[in-house]
Amino acid sequence: MSIAETKTLEQLAKAESRDYLWTLNFGPQHPATHTTLRIVLFLNGERVVDAIPDIGYLHSGFEKIGEHLTYNQYVTVTDRMNYISPLANNIAWHGAVERLLGLELTPRCKYVRTILAELSRISDHLLCNGAVGLDVGAFTYFLYAFHQREVLYDIFETLCGARFTNSYTRVGGAMHDMTPLVVDKIRAFIRGFPKTLDDMERLLNRNRIFVDRSKGVGVLTKQDAVARSASGPIARASGVTRDLRKDDPYLAYGDLDFQMCCAEAGDCFARYLVRMAEMRESLKIVEQAVENLPAGPINVEIDERTALPDKKQVYSTIEGTISHFELVMWNRGFTVPHDESYAAIEAPNGELGFYVVGDGTDVAYRARCRPPSFIHFSLFPHLIRGHTLSDIVAVLGSLNIIAAELDR
Amino acid sequence: MIDSKTQSAISQAFGSVAWSEFRGQARAVVAAGELAAVFEFARDTCGFDLLVDVTCVDYLNYRDAEDRFGLVYLLANTQTNERLTLRTFVNEPDPVVPSAVSFWPGANWMEREVWDMFGIRFEGHPDLRRILMPEEYTAHPLRKDYPMQGRGERHNFPVLHRSEA
Repeated sequence: MSIAETKTLEQLAKAESRDYLWTLNFGPQHPATHTTLRIVLFLNGERVVDAIPDIGYLHSGFEKIGEHLTYNQYVTVTDRMNYISPLANNIAWHGAVERLLGLELTPRCKYVRTILAELSRISDHLLCNGAVGLDVGAFTYFLYAFHQREVLYDIFETLCGARFTNSYTRVGGAMHDMTPLVVDKIRAFIRGFPKTLDDMERLLNRNRIFVDRSKGVGVLTKQDAVARSASGPIARASGVTRDLRKDDPYLAYGDLDFQMCCAEAGDCFARYLVRMAEMRESLKIVEQAVENLPAGPINVEIDERTALPDKKQVYSTIEGTISHFELVMWNRGFTVPHDESYAAIEAPNGELGFYVVGDGTDVAYRARCRPPSFIHFSLFPHLIRGHTLSDIVAVLGSLNIIAAELDR
Repeated sequence: MIDSKTQSAISQAFGSVAWSEFRGQARAVVAAGELAAVFEFARDTCGFDLLVDVTCVDYLNYRDAEDRFGLVYLLANTQTNERLTLRTFVNEPDPVVPSAVSFWPGANWMEREVWDMFGIRFEGHPDLRRILMPEEYTAHPLRKDYPMQGRGERHNFPVLHRSEA
């Protein structure tokens, strides 16, 4: 049975009057979907009467895999969810595991994770806005954005050796500490990036073509944003003053000075502006955090029995040796409470949370991911009805749908 | 992160609600029959206007578990930043709960995903069909009795080589 035949009852009731409508298949392989997703469109001329999303092309059972990998192993899978900002996923996943364990991170780890989360936000917003620009015809803007992403990739590569799938965090800390070279590169980025951001704003903020194609397109009202569970920049562009960094400060956000960026219009242009403004705020956060980076260890103490002790401890103390063996032997590992908890972070795309159920072993009993892309894509038919075919790419781009996270 | 006033208001309105807390998160266990009334009360009286997530846990092999499926509704209040976790338990052969779509339209796809992955029916859902798995799929893959290597999947089909095709 095809997707067009499995419509809802009320849609079927109206089906006779739809005979004259043109049915168009958008995706799953289409340059403007950017990833693999499919939308069945019903068109009246160029006007979209209805859109039925059909997803699942990239479903790879990430939540099922989460029930078979240990808490540290699963971080590699979270990289592949929102691969535009993998570090944010790593931080969200291990933040949720640490909430379940009741683990308090070291101050240095909190700051390092904050810096990385904000750099991922910049990287994600650059790509999202760049892609919106590309889809509506602003190619130069996209290249400016992508060039800066390359600088960020270089920082991530220096940090953990991987450009794309970082897998940097571990339960109770990180793979290894942030080196002075990374700090230098971040400082250089902080100096250089505002200039590019200014250029990018000059390119697009008052660009007639871009403004005409995005203003008033895909309007999401504040009421709808809350009722339909929108979060992140999409909710804030509609005037919902909700940002987990402010509302429920985690990591080091409580110590740092930054603003929540909101808009009222709720259209594609407002979402673009919110993302541009958030990049500046993120830069402020990174600057403050880098200059106030606390000294000390990055991993939690050896007594917590979750993070691997450093080699010096392993070779010179009995506690270190025992912890190391306990953690690396396949039938040992650390123990978690026989309970469940939810923890979320303000990922670049919205609220990214993990509902983790522990059963005492070091493998999760259930690892539910609350994917912002999935929830935002359900807004799509609502936003596109009544607009023209060419607005689809503008709306789709401004929602920042990452299909790997959408389908998991 | 829930106000004690909200908590006592819910307890007063629904006597059978069982509360527990873990890591600062308040959880209320509600009978499946009362769920719709609790949704309405939570949204209209307590101001939980945002449905953060709907998910499910299959407690098939879980220690001390009495019921098969535990549904999880994560609610939030965008004004006061309170958060509330609603739980309800359902069992086979016919796991069914009332749909939350009429209270929070955002529940639509989340409930479709739970139906797809766990086979829990949401009564009153406007469009309850599979969302991630193909239409013709027969199993519910996130159930604990569904193996990691599933049935009817790629490796079960004969490999076709270019010369035979």
